[in-house]
Amino acid sequence: MPFRLEPRGQHSRLWAWASPLVAIVATLIVSTVIFAALGKPAGAALYTFVISPVSSLNGWAELSVKAAPLVLIGVGLAIGFRASVWNIGAEGQFILGAIFGGGVALAAGDSEGFWILPAMIVAGALGGMVWAAIPAFLKTRFNANEILTSLMLTYVAQLLLIYLVVGPWKDPEGYGFPQTRLFGDGATMPILVSGTRIHLGVLAAVIAVGLGWLLYAKTLLGFQLRVLGQAPRAAAYAGFSGPGLTWFALLLSGGMAGLAGVFEVGGPIGQLTPSISPGYGFTAIIVAFLGRLHPVGVLLGGLVLALSYLGGEKAQIDLGLPNAVTGIYQGILLFFLLAADLLIGYRIRFTGRRAAASGARA
Amino acid sequence: MGADEAAKPGMRDNAPLLALEGIVKRFPMTVANDGVSLTIRAGEIHALLGENGAGKSTLVKIIYGVMHPDEGAIRWNGRPVEIASPAAARDLGIGMVFQHFSLFEALTVAENIALAINDPKRRRGLKSRIAEISDAYGLKLDPDRTVHHLSVGERQRVEIVRCLLQEPKLLIMDEPTSVLTPQEVEKLFETLRRLASEGCAILYISHKLEEIRALCDRATIMRLGKVVAECDPSRETAKHLAELMIGASLRPTYHLHEDGDGGAPARLVVSDLSLKSGREHGVDLKSISLSVAAGEILGIAGIAGNGQSELMAALSGEALADRAEAVTIEGVAAGRLRPADRRALSACFVPEDRYGHGAVPGMSLSENALLSAYQSKGLAPYGMVDAPKTRSFARAIIESFSVKSDGPAAEAQSLSGGNLQRFIVGREILQGPKVLVVAQPTWGLDAGAAAAIRQALLDLADKGAAVVVISQDLDELIEISDHIAVIAGGRLSPIRPVGEVTMAELGLLMGGAEPQEARRAVPA
Repeated sequence: MPFRLEPRGQHSRLWAWASPLVAIVATLIVSTVIFAALGKPAGAALYTFVISPVSSLNGWAELSVKAAPLVLIGVGLAIGFRASVWNIGAEGQFILGAIFGGGVALAAGDSEGFWILPAMIVAGALGGMVWAAIPAFLKTRFNANEILTSLMLTYVAQLLLIYLVVGPWKDPEGYGFPQTRLFGDGATMPILVSGTRIHLGVLAAVIAVGLGWLLYAKTLLGFQLRVLGQAPRAAAYAGFSGPGLTWFALLLSGGMAGLAGVFEVGGPIGQLTPSISPGYGFTAIIVAFLGRLHPVGVLLGGLVLALSYLGGEKAQIDLGLPNAVTGIYQGILLFFLLAADLLIGYRIRFTGRRAAASGARA
Repeated sequence: MGADEAAKPGMRDNAPLLALEGIVKRFPMTVANDGVSLTIRAGEIHALLGENGAGKSTLVKIIYGVMHPDEGAIRWNGRPVEIASPAAARDLGIGMVFQHFSLFEALTVAENIALAINDPKRRRGLKSRIAEISDAYGLKLDPDRTVHHLSVGERQRVEIVRCLLQEPKLLIMDEPTSVLTPQEVEKLFETLRRLASEGCAILYISHKLEEIRALCDRATIMRLGKVVAECDPSRETAKHLAELMIGASLRPTYHLHEDGDGGAPARLVVSDLSLKSGREHGVDLKSISLSVAAGEILGIAGIAGNGQSELMAALSGEALADRAEAVTIEGVAAGRLRPADRRALSACFVPEDRYGHGAVPGMSLSENALLSAYQSKGLAPYGMVDAPKTRSFARAIIESFSVKSDGPAAEAQSLSGGNLQRFIVGREILQGPKVLVVAQPTWGLDAGAAAAIRQALLDLADKGAAVVVISQDLDELIEISDHIAVIAGGRLSPIRPVGEVTMAELGLLMGGAEPQEARRAVPA
């Protein structure tokens, strides 16, 4: 072997932030190769996938609309992951937020009361928290692994949503389509920039980044979560409550995912359907890690992954590639990110030279 | 122990068994070894002395093939060799007992030992050979137990047995006695002397100068990467050795407080505390009672894994007692209080494990200052961390306790064990505790750092705090304690004034003897 890995002894701050860039560049190279293998002109395909979605102002607006749910969920997940609370079920909490918030919207019907939107938002957050409370209870009470419980609950949430939209909440005038009525005007997220689809949820995502950073970097609570994640015995020694912090991390990330859910159905979608999420809850996991589990990084990571959704749509329309391109792109990115993260703790030492030198000495 | 084979090569042409010539090893920030030369002859017990950071560990890692020198030569029986890896070192006949154990927690004792044996044929009948060796050298071990469940002391026994199984020609021992009772140390010394008489050379790294004087034929003393002296340790005083090592004259520790138990208020009282251990194979605490008054230091001796960590957890609040009255701090029944509430009663704690228990390795010293001091120092008013105040508290710890570091922003894991321990002890002491409980305060530390920490504990007691020191180092306990007791099997022996007990008696108690028995066996 011409090289080996040597522990650095101390984590490299440089590589912690350089690693996502390396991963993105490597992903672009590999996806170019894949495009070429599929018989598409590589340069043009890459342009379609990466540049064309954001070549107009409206493209950027769409990017922020797609990034909003990713960032909202990602900030919550990042804070939870820092505490080593592995909530993998944000997708389910997103759906429950949409169901709770959507339920309020449907109940409000066509009324225009000012209370409807706040009630929807609160209900959405509550929905996500209720769904996240189940793994929190199972973990703190029975030490059940939250990775499994939260992930499995995602499928329960999806089936619950399908049951509602084909059953009790189905639109009676919807020609049998599995969907609810369109929400009334009073239950629709206001557009912030006219002529675009930028809605209240985008602002909420930006606020979430700010508040998330405050919690993460400036509060004792954020510190306690980080200590719990890095050294649970030190947290016990300092007197931080492990179960309490676990509850907090799950309720926070669940609540944020629920918020993202209600903003999506109350904003761009406008009703409940079985396909309200193109996997935002799972993609947000990549967003959180790409953003180095740091709220500001999550904002950047959210934009990168939002581009993968837009690029996937563009590739579908312009190049006739299947929508799975988005998933492949996201998978490759995560793969390279995890690989490049090795360099945070280790350095590559080329050993060919040393062997030659010692040979000369002997 | 393969005595014939071991002795022959060294005698063949009278070349030393191992000779290091001008070894240089550079690291990005420092030169760890700067032209180090050292010779070890077969059958010699050779001490390697030096403070933390003197370059001993680096030198030993080079001999054992873990690191490779940038310059210099290594000769084995007169022949130049390149020791490429620990496996190559073992093939030459070099064995090493590490200070920080290199054991897999999830594997059993026998499996861990099998991993170090390269030849599969030799793995046969391993369990019975482990039993033989551990019997012969008094190193009690169950080959089928998982390392995860072993105490620090037991883990070290695995390391020692693992080396002895390889019938080494050179055995490197890095701080081997810190977890043994005096009787066990004596037994180990017998073992080492026997090995040496059979022709095996021993490179013995220790900070315990008395041990080195009793055991070793020669000593090489290192300071700041260079060899500063070579001598026959039995002809030097411990004080002189220590001064050579740290390059300055030592100040003896002193204690102002003179047996003033007449009416000083009890600050920490434990009464009839029984507690099931939370861990599998842990040790349950059985009816422990003790009382520590203002200005008093109570030493609790014992071999690792006899209930020390459980006792520490019960005192700090990481484990809660059944009754609130089982632990009383400053007159308040605290047995059911959580750690933060016990700290609010002005109690502070220093756990045994520095990396991951007393400090968070990946966090800065500032953040580690916050860890246990945010209440008493008001570092997080209204739940918001006051970063400048936290930094200046961290800086105060660094300055008052001479912590060698790159300042408050340095990660805890970048500090040496001794410096991190100074930081942790400093953090607790600067909170001005009325009760301080410390576990293994100087384990693995060099003489200079250990003396500084002991002095800090004595000073704290002189200011009126009640101090409990849980330690495996009997010399240390006798040096600083006013009263002493032994924990064995989760029971605490009666507390006695230090002046009234003998080393031998304490040793028997540590071995699990009944208190009356121990007193009878040893004429005081």
